[in-house]
Amino acid sequence: MLAAARCVVYRDLLLALRRRGDVAVALLFFVIVASLFPLGIGAEPNLLRSIAPGVIWVAALLSSMLSLGRLFAADYDDGTLEQMLLGAAPLGVVAAAKAFAHWLVAGLPLVAIAPLIALQYDLGAGLWGILALSLLVGTPVLSLLGAVGAALTLGLRGGGVLLSLLVLPLYVPVLIMGAGAVEMAAAGLGGGGQLLVLGAMLVLAAAFAPWAIAAALRISLE
Amino acid sequence: MKWFWYASPQTFYPLAGRIARWSALGAAVLAVCGLYIGFFVAPTDAQQGEAYRIIFIHVPAAWMSMFIYVVMAVWSALCLALNTRLSGMMAAALAPTGALFTFIALWTGSLWGKPTWGTYWVWDARLTSELILLFLYLGFIALRASIDDPRRADRAAAVLAVVGVVNVPIIYYSVQWWNTLHQGASVSLTRAPSMAATMLTGMLVMALAFWLYAIAVSMVRVRCIIRERGE
Repeated sequence: MLAAARCVVYRDLLLALRRRGDVAVALLFFVIVASLFPLGIGAEPNLLRSIAPGVIWVAALLSSMLSLGRLFAADYDDGTLEQMLLGAAPLGVVAAAKAFAHWLVAGLPLVAIAPLIALQYDLGAGLWGILALSLLVGTPVLSLLGAVGAALTLGLRGGGVLLSLLVLPLYVPVLIMGAGAVEMAAAGLGGGGQLLVLGAMLVLAAAFAPWAIAAALRISLE
Repeated sequence: MKWFWYASPQTFYPLAGRIARWSALGAAVLAVCGLYIGFFVAPTDAQQGEAYRIIFIHVPAAWMSMFIYVVMAVWSALCLALNTRLSGMMAAALAPTGALFTFIALWTGSLWGKPTWGTYWVWDARLTSELILLFLYLGFIALRASIDDPRRADRAAAVLAVVGVVNVPIIYYSVQWWNTLHQGASVSLTRAPSMAATMLTGMLVMALAFWLYAIAVSMVRVRCIIRERGE
C-alpha cells in the first residue's frame, strides 16, 4: 500500500521534473500577483506591512489553485486514472499520494519563495519564519481540498472556472488562520494559536479528504 | 416499509403534488398572518424604531438558509450511501430555494444595517459566513449545471454538499475568530434584550410560513425534475 503511494509520488515528481515549465509558471504567477498589489494600492511602507500577510496568502492560494486543473487531467486523458481505479492499491491511498505530490510541486516552492515577497513588503525578518511555517502547514490543506474539487470537475466543460467557484469558499478558513498567524505575530501576540488550528485542519483534511477525492474520482470515471 | 415505497420517483410524484398544494396554501395563510402581526400588531421598537420590522423577513430567511443546506446535505449523503434516485433529485430541488433564502437574508440584512448601523455592509462574522454559504450554494448549482448526465450530476454534487456541510462550522468559527481579531465587538447582533411576545410570535409564524413555502416550492421543483428525466 505504501509502496503504491511511493510509486505515485515518484512518478508525479518525475513528470513535473520533465515539465519544469509548468512548475515555474505557477511560481511566477505567485510572484507577479504579489507584486501587483503595491502598484494598485501604493507603496506606503506601513500600509504594505499591514497587508503583506493577507496578500501573500491570497497569492499563494490562487497559485496553488491554478495548478489543480492539471492534477488529474493528464491521467484522465490517457487512461492511467482508470488503471489506478482498477488497481489493487486502495483509491484513497492513490488520491492522498497525488495530493501530496501536488503539494510538493505547487505548495513547497511557495514556502521557499515567500520570504522574498515578504522582503518586498518590508515585513520584519522576525516574521519570515512564522510566514513560512504557516504556509508549510496550510498549503497541504489547500492541495487536499483542491484535489476534491479537481476530481469533481474532471473532464467538464469550463472546468477551470468552475473549480475556483467550488474550491475558493472552502479555502476561507485556511486563509484566515494562515494570514492571522502572521498578523498576530506582527502584533507581538504570537501566532501559535492560529498555527495549531491550521495543524488541526491539516490533520482533519489528511484524514477525510482522500476518501472524498476517491469518491469523486469514482463518480467522474463512471 | 412505506418509506421505501415513496423512494421511487413514480410513486412519489402524486404525493409531492399533494404536499405542494397543501404547503402552498399553509404558507400563504401563515405569511398573511405573520405579516399582519409584524406590521400592525407588534409594537415599535424603542431603540430601532420601525426599521426593526424587517426581522420578520430577515431572521426566518437566515434560519432557512442554514437549515436547507443541512437538509440538502442529508439528502446528498443518502444519495451517496443508498444510491437512490429521489435523494439526488431532492437535493437538486432544494438548492435554488436555499440560495434564494441566503440572498434574501443578506439583502434584508444590509437594508436593515443602513438605518441601524449606518452602513450597508460590515464584515461581521454572521454576514461573512452567510456570504460564504451563498457561494457554497452557487457552487453546488454550478457543478450540477455543468454535468450533462443527471446521475453523475447528482452524485458529484452530493460529494460537494457533504464536503461543504463539514466545512460550514469550521468556516463559521474561523470567521468569528478573524472578526474579533480585526475589529472587536463594535457591532453585535446578539443584544436583543427581552423581545416583546408579539414580535416573537410574528417571527415564528413567518418562520413557519417560510418553511412551508420551501417545502411547496421544492416539491414542485422535484416534480419538474422527475418529468424532465422521464421517470
